[in-house]
Amino acid sequence: MTVESTAARTSRRSAGSKAGTSGTKAAGTTGTKGTTRTTARKAAAAKGAEPGLVQLLTPEGKRVKNAEYDKYVSGITADDLRGLYRDMVLTRRFDAEATALQRQGELGLWASLLGQEAAQIGSGRALRDDDYVFPTYREHGVAWCRGVDPTNLLGMFRGVNNGGWDPNGNNFHLYTIVIGSQTLHATGYAMGVAKDGADSAVIAYFGDGASSQGDVAESFTFSAVYNAPVVFFCQNNQWAISEPTEKQTRVPLYQRAQGYGFPGVRVDGNDVLATLAVTRWALERARAGEGPTLVEAYTYRMGAHTTSDDPTRYRHDDERAAWEAKDPLLRLRRHLEAAHHADEGFFAELEAESETLGKRVREAVRAMPDPDHFAIFENVYADGHALVDEERAQFAAYQASFADAEGV
Amino acid sequence: MAEKMALAKAINESLRRALEADPKVLVMGEDVGKLGGVFRVTDGLQKDFGDSRVIDTPLAESGIVGTAIGLALRGYRPVVEIQFDGFVFPAYDQIVTQLAKMHARSLGKVKMPVVVRIPYGGGIGAVEHHSESPEALFAHVAGLKIVSPSNASDAYWMMQQAIQSDDPVIYFEPKRRYWDKAEVDTEAIPAPLHRAQVVREGTDLTLAAYGPMVKLCQEAAAAAAEEGKSLEVLDLRSVSPLDFDSVQASVEKTRRLVVVHEAPVFFGSGAEIAARITERCFYHLEAPVLRVGGYHAPYPPARLEESYLPDLDRVLDAVDRSLAY
Repeated sequence: MTVESTAARTSRRSAGSKAGTSGTKAAGTTGTKGTTRTTARKAAAAKGAEPGLVQLLTPEGKRVKNAEYDKYVSGITADDLRGLYRDMVLTRRFDAEATALQRQGELGLWASLLGQEAAQIGSGRALRDDDYVFPTYREHGVAWCRGVDPTNLLGMFRGVNNGGWDPNGNNFHLYTIVIGSQTLHATGYAMGVAKDGADSAVIAYFGDGASSQGDVAESFTFSAVYNAPVVFFCQNNQWAISEPTEKQTRVPLYQRAQGYGFPGVRVDGNDVLATLAVTRWALERARAGEGPTLVEAYTYRMGAHTTSDDPTRYRHDDERAAWEAKDPLLRLRRHLEAAHHADEGFFAELEAESETLGKRVREAVRAMPDPDHFAIFENVYADGHALVDEERAQFAAYQASFADAEGV
Repeated sequence: MAEKMALAKAINESLRRALEADPKVLVMGEDVGKLGGVFRVTDGLQKDFGDSRVIDTPLAESGIVGTAIGLALRGYRPVVEIQFDGFVFPAYDQIVTQLAKMHARSLGKVKMPVVVRIPYGGGIGAVEHHSESPEALFAHVAGLKIVSPSNASDAYWMMQQAIQSDDPVIYFEPKRRYWDKAEVDTEAIPAPLHRAQVVREGTDLTLAAYGPMVKLCQEAAAAAAEEGKSLEVLDLRSVSPLDFDSVQASVEKTRRLVVVHEAPVFFGSGAEIAARITERCFYHLEAPVLRVGGYHAPYPPARLEESYLPDLDRVLDAVDRSLAY
């Protein structure tokens, strides 16, 4: 890359992020199409326009046409739309409950998804049962779509386990704390899917901060080289704890893909319909043997990074206010109302359902028992290990010595 | 069928057998395909099993191990090669934070049958990062198993057992012994993977070692015998788990122990052995457990490695010091 082209991209990016308008797919790829797209991007740059933020619903809830992606949601019914709204409301309610439980001392930590509901529900609902998901530690909405009991997500944050569910039960892998590691697991899994001759797809979630990690770059390399059926779903929520995306990259993240030889697209991550459409497109590519895709869901983390974080130290309230106007739930509600897809009764019923969910989660967490002391030694190895056996026996003897003393 | 073969060839034959027996077994790494590996350990495998079973990977160690984890999650049994010991560190994160912990984190629902092959150790006149012995760094991590054969027969059988294990196994190959030949009986019933073996009986002192240092200890025992000293040589074979029962049995007989490894002595596996054997055998020991190994310094340039690595004199010096108590 020349200095000139770097500068050009940077200026396009800053101009574009202010504009934030909907546009066409700017997928970097190889071959003749790549040439056409490069030309298109150059033209766009000359006009100072944002190179593509796929949007189907405006923040006001107005449905806008998109020649490339409309077909991926053409069959969607009013019932489906209400379902997406319900998913987002319940996920937000669950998340709020977990945050409250952390404040009450019931959880050691919580990573809220507030603001990212559309990115997660849209992508999560695009998946088939046989697809496999590799999440970070914030994909509560995707877990919801996979049918993972939300209370299972809380075990790790309460400190009763380091996982909490069977990954193969819902094809939803365990949360991964080390940033970006799971993108390689997803790639390897997808390589396995291809070897098996299956037409399942794999999706790897990660954040804008993770895009700086070597593992993410390596997963791009491996997936491209082996043409693995994996969708890289980056939720760019603008902040990696206190570091803005500008500290991670000088080019829009979705453009990274072109350097690896597969398409990247930026979607309005607060638009559940657009996220659904774009993810379906990417999954279909994977199923059809066309290899990986990078989807950058452009969204915003409305809360703190985790309950240990204090965003007032590094960002202004007006930034959040600007994004609140683009709230994913509000946007779909406006659309449902304007299209007369939902009445007061629906919203009231949903409100009641979300209260029931909150209550269930609260009670489940409080009832969650501490694990047995001997869990320390369980499952360290599948085939056993002499040292673990020895230390377990020592621990048992030590514990028993207290019991004997109490007995006396 | 017994056949005399070099240690590298024994691993090759073992991989071949595993690839034949189980379509889920994969061999992955940099240059393992057409080239057959920089040490030719995987020679001919891609030709016979194809490039979807014997996979040349991009030059990215974290990627190799990370994708192997994903393949294991899909039901495959990858055997990955890290080209040289000092190159494992880009993959260390994946090995330690992911591979080692996946089984425990999933409460036993997920198995990680991944073998990480690492040619290790010095003595071949190589450049920087090509001669290290990082086994203790892995042995410290729960969830990993660490083994190192010292001869062709063990190399063959321990690879079979490592591949069959549902736990991740770090398989350290003593690269300076790759060309040493020994009888390999491919029909034999092998010893358990993690059991130490007495390779020379003795009564005055126990020399405990694994991988490349076993041969040195056998040579030391032969030299000591000429001076009328009877040394027992124990091939530990497995660093994690470590067969302390066998070490204890030998020390209860000889009452003296010298541990020999190439890795730095400080915080090395010899330290763990010394501590545990002191606990187990305090009243049997006639001398403190002594250690012979590398120094707390970066592995030196090749022209200095003879001074860094344990040799016959250093082992015999430790033997003399122990016997002098």
